[in-house]
Amino acid sequence: MALYTIRRLAAVFPILIIISFLTFFLINLSPFNPAEILLQARGIPVITDDLILQTEEELGLNDPFIVQYFNWLMDCFQLNFGTSYVTGEPVWNEIKPAFINTLKLTVLSSFIIVGLSILLGVICAINEGKFIDKSVRSMSFVLIGMPSYWLASLMIWYFSVELDLLPTSGMSSAESYILPVSIITVSYVGIYFRVIRTSMLSNLNEDYVFYGRASGLPEKKITLHLLRNSLQVSISVFCMGIPTILGGTVVIENIFAWPGLGSLSVDSILKRDFPIIQTYVLLLGASFVVFNTLSDLINMTLNPKLRKGF
Amino acid sequence: MRFLKSLFKDKLAASSLVVILAVIIIGVFAPVFAPHDPLEVNISKKYAGSSWEYLLGTDQLGRCVLSRLIYGIRPSILWVMAALMLSVLIGAVLGFIAGYFKGKVDALIMRVCDIMLSFPGYVMPIAFVGIFGVGLENILIAFIIMKWAWFTRVIRTSVMQYTELEYIQFAKAAGVNHFKIIRRHLIPVTLADIAVISSSSVCSMILQISGFSFLGLGVQAPAPEWGMMLNEARSVMFTRPELMLAPGIAIITVVFAFNFLSDSLQTIFDPKLMKSKKIRTEKVEA
Repeated sequence: MALYTIRRLAAVFPILIIISFLTFFLINLSPFNPAEILLQARGIPVITDDLILQTEEELGLNDPFIVQYFNWLMDCFQLNFGTSYVTGEPVWNEIKPAFINTLKLTVLSSFIIVGLSILLGVICAINEGKFIDKSVRSMSFVLIGMPSYWLASLMIWYFSVELDLLPTSGMSSAESYILPVSIITVSYVGIYFRVIRTSMLSNLNEDYVFYGRASGLPEKKITLHLLRNSLQVSISVFCMGIPTILGGTVVIENIFAWPGLGSLSVDSILKRDFPIIQTYVLLLGASFVVFNTLSDLINMTLNPKLRKGF
Repeated sequence: MRFLKSLFKDKLAASSLVVILAVIIIGVFAPVFAPHDPLEVNISKKYAGSSWEYLLGTDQLGRCVLSRLIYGIRPSILWVMAALMLSVLIGAVLGFIAGYFKGKVDALIMRVCDIMLSFPGYVMPIAFVGIFGVGLENILIAFIIMKWAWFTRVIRTSVMQYTELEYIQFAKAAGVNHFKIIRRHLIPVTLADIAVISSSSVCSMILQISGFSFLGLGVQAPAPEWGMMLNEARSVMFTRPELMLAPGIAIITVVFAFNFLSDSLQTIFDPKLMKSKKIRTEKVEA
């Protein structure tokens, strides 16, 4: 097992390097001159060509592309992602609190999503085709089709304005979590509970269930066996789901003025703050790889068959 | 023909298809259907209720909501569908190459796909508009860049399962050239899979792209677009929440129609899906 883990982890590094290269390459494709944006953002009234040349030199833009990339990569390893064009602060100082805020939202939502999906998935699979299964499935169908930002706006209007129960935006108290977390949960549970339901139903056909029934195991125990086997498929889906949610909170964060990565990234796009955008993309790409690896490792632990390829 | 017949047997799918076609036609011929100029500002008539002149009333600048909704079909639906088709096309070409010829080409294409797919959901479009500036074109390009990899992968899997079949092996052994095998024997059978994949991803794409316009990263004001309209309605949400209704319901209607259609396509193209369910329930009951 240790060997597999090491091999799997070793495979992560080339992917991370490629992702970092792609991120850096993309930013360099930009039609805007970073030096000019930097000068504009600092509010310098007259931007002369000399000034631009001087700033380009400062930013190291005159070095060959590969040299620039390696310098940037080396800095990244030391968590030095450059300085924001707009505020002049180190990028990490801006990204870190935002990342933590988004992570709070994501982790809390993920736990609720996992719990609720398993619950609904099991209930629906056991009652397949019955009223409860049908109603839960059509509910999820309706919720998936709704634009989350529309639902969020309506909920703000109803719960915060009409009923005046919950805060409209910000992250001031525990109550601020209720609306954003429920919107995120609603938009993902509909997808994930189906995964559980489907994999439980396909397991229902397996011989072990038949054998269990034949030898008179109580239905509850059979359900537990089913659940354990179905969870395996679900683990990878959930692990891939976390970075998706992490990146997908953009819209929700903007609606609720949540001081997280999503708000920060949209803000940076509108201000053309390249170092922040670059770090945001790198961070999410990397977290995707990390969670992907994690799900592989968990599945390998659970299912020795999967270790074959490594 | 058999396909259309089974589609029209399913009432829900048939009406979804009618809704989608109607929306497309209204969008293409927007100037004919729209009662007003969508950009015409008339402050004196702002927040007008529903009347014969303004069927859905007017917004905070006195613009006709119905006309804006009709013109909004173009960026919200038509352009999204065009972008989707382009990415499916790229995905199909590469998927066929990878799935049919296999070997080194396949490995190369798949590695590139892996890299493209390692940026989750919203990140690629955000990076793209961050780099090239905001606007619908950039969002659409970003989506094409992001989605082709996914389509390539799915179509490749579909192609692969057919290339293993005996009639294809036979055609190969009989010396039929590759191009003809693909055209005559592979495209017809994989078409069903491709239709199902694209119809199911059109929904998420419509929702995501209107989401970007909602954030102000896509279509720029004053151009009418459904997400944009919702964003504008949000700014007056506390006093005039009813402005949220029309664009929201429009998006939901179209997304539902596509969802129903894709569900029905799946069952039509895959009769096994219905059969296996029957067998399973029989087994359980037994």
